[in-house]
Amino acid sequence: MPVPILEVQNLKVYFPIFGGVLRKKTGEVRAVDDVSFTIEAGETVGLVGESGSGKTTVGRAIIKLVKPTSGRVLWEGNDTVPMHESEFRPLRKKIQMIFQDPFGSLNPRMTVTSIIGEALDIHFPHLSTSEKIQRVIQLLDQVGLLPIHLGRYPHEFSGGQRQRIGIARALAVEPQLIICDEPVSALDVSVQAQIINLLLDLQKRLGLAYLFIGHDLAVVEHVSQRVLVMNLGQLVEEGTCEQIYRHPRDPYTQKLLAAVPRLELT
Amino acid sequence: MMKKDPPSIGMRQRVWKEFSSNKAAVISAGFLALLGAVALIFFIFGVAGIGWPYDPTEPALELKLMPPDAYHWLGTDNLGRDVLTRLLYGAYVSLTIGFLAVSVSMTIGVVVGALAGYWRSWIDGVLMRTVDAIMCFPTFFLILTVVAILGPSIWNIIIVIGLVSWTGTARLVRAEFLSLRENQYVYAARALGQSHLRMMFQHILPNAMAPILVTAVLGIPDAILTEAGLSFLGFGVKPPQPTWGNIISDGKIYILDAWWLILFPGVAILITTLAFYLAGDGLRESTNIKKTGK
Repeated sequence: MPVPILEVQNLKVYFPIFGGVLRKKTGEVRAVDDVSFTIEAGETVGLVGESGSGKTTVGRAIIKLVKPTSGRVLWEGNDTVPMHESEFRPLRKKIQMIFQDPFGSLNPRMTVTSIIGEALDIHFPHLSTSEKIQRVIQLLDQVGLLPIHLGRYPHEFSGGQRQRIGIARALAVEPQLIICDEPVSALDVSVQAQIINLLLDLQKRLGLAYLFIGHDLAVVEHVSQRVLVMNLGQLVEEGTCEQIYRHPRDPYTQKLLAAVPRLELT
Repeated sequence: MMKKDPPSIGMRQRVWKEFSSNKAAVISAGFLALLGAVALIFFIFGVAGIGWPYDPTEPALELKLMPPDAYHWLGTDNLGRDVLTRLLYGAYVSLTIGFLAVSVSMTIGVVVGALAGYWRSWIDGVLMRTVDAIMCFPTFFLILTVVAILGPSIWNIIIVIGLVSWTGTARLVRAEFLSLRENQYVYAARALGQSHLRMMFQHILPNAMAPILVTAVLGIPDAILTEAGLSFLGFGVKPPQPTWGNIISDGKIYILDAWWLILFPGVAILITTLAFYLAGDGLRESTNIKKTGK
């Protein structure tokens, strides 16, 4: 049994609700409520659930974009939750994220070189300018883009190309785990397939692990070895694709699968 | 798979293309550039340096209150000084006050707004309540009081105008930061471990630049008008140094006998203010991301 690289234990993320004149805390939204799972090196774990089920928050909590209320997030056995940002920074090289919106995830005022170069500046500050450019070209090549794209701005690319830039940015730090937050749900179906194939291809070549967050059950099934199902902040079922898709036990999972539209040929 | 790529167009080229199609804005910007150049030449070389026949401060009482003629295009004032010379010389003072006061207010406004909008929580609370408190004072009387205490030098006026007029900018920048900080590219930068300072000033601020720039351009005529108002009330730049405000102020007692003393500086203020507004408006239109495409 391989050792997990990431272990999430009893993760809870509650967002406080403030109300009244004095802005006192009047309640809380339990975005993530007691979620535990593991990810092993090189595997893809799918995380499905409807909108608002807390799947994105789980991803963001792992990479410390939101602060967990309680619970532990272990990277190779070390708990990252109590870590200060400066302690956690080296781990940001290991865990990266790809975002849902290919239009919003790239700064419109930065060129491709500076978008991808930013990652290199932070984690490989010793690189010279020419080495940096070489590395960016290499990364662009890995995701199927060309050196002529270096000086261009995000608005000059199509959605699929932008998502490729986002993937190149995540790859720049040579991560072991990439959290893919609905990476294809904003793309056309034909482009979705290209991006999915690119992700699978990169996984094979670089040995990446993915936490693949999505609401499209077919896509998640296609890429994942194991699937987690979330509802209202809680993990309702976990299993291999076979178990979840062919023999769902939890009533919510059954309902989710039944809701997938099917093409009836009459 | 990939379409044929169109030639790359940068953000600046887009903005310029949009701006240059707006005639009023281009004419205004041209006028302001010319005015700035003339003011600068007068300031650097002085009247003697460029062979200008009149002096802006030296009285020539035998020529006093002459209406506009072939020699004195805009007439002379009560001390016989050429009004055109004083206007051109005064342009330097007015524009300097406009630009520098706005620089001061923009710097404070951007920093305060950025801190409040980026950090939110109690920092936002403290800074914004301070802004509210400052906004409660009638600005002009605040300036008047401070200038009366500190004395009316150009530098005091610049700093005071700057210190009381940053609140609107701070609110604007805060609002921009509040919305821009939720962009996924900001999250992406955080996920990479980017520092807060760079996130604020490299990722968020450049995207908020368009409205900030427009506010700055629109703030310049306000500062010029404030200075003119102060000078008119006698709290502005001290004579004999001419500014548009104190030329009007000096001329007001002759309003029935020498209309040119009031009219021409008034028109100068009007045209310059209008030019700044039109140019600022053109800038706002051309930097509108929704219009020029993301």
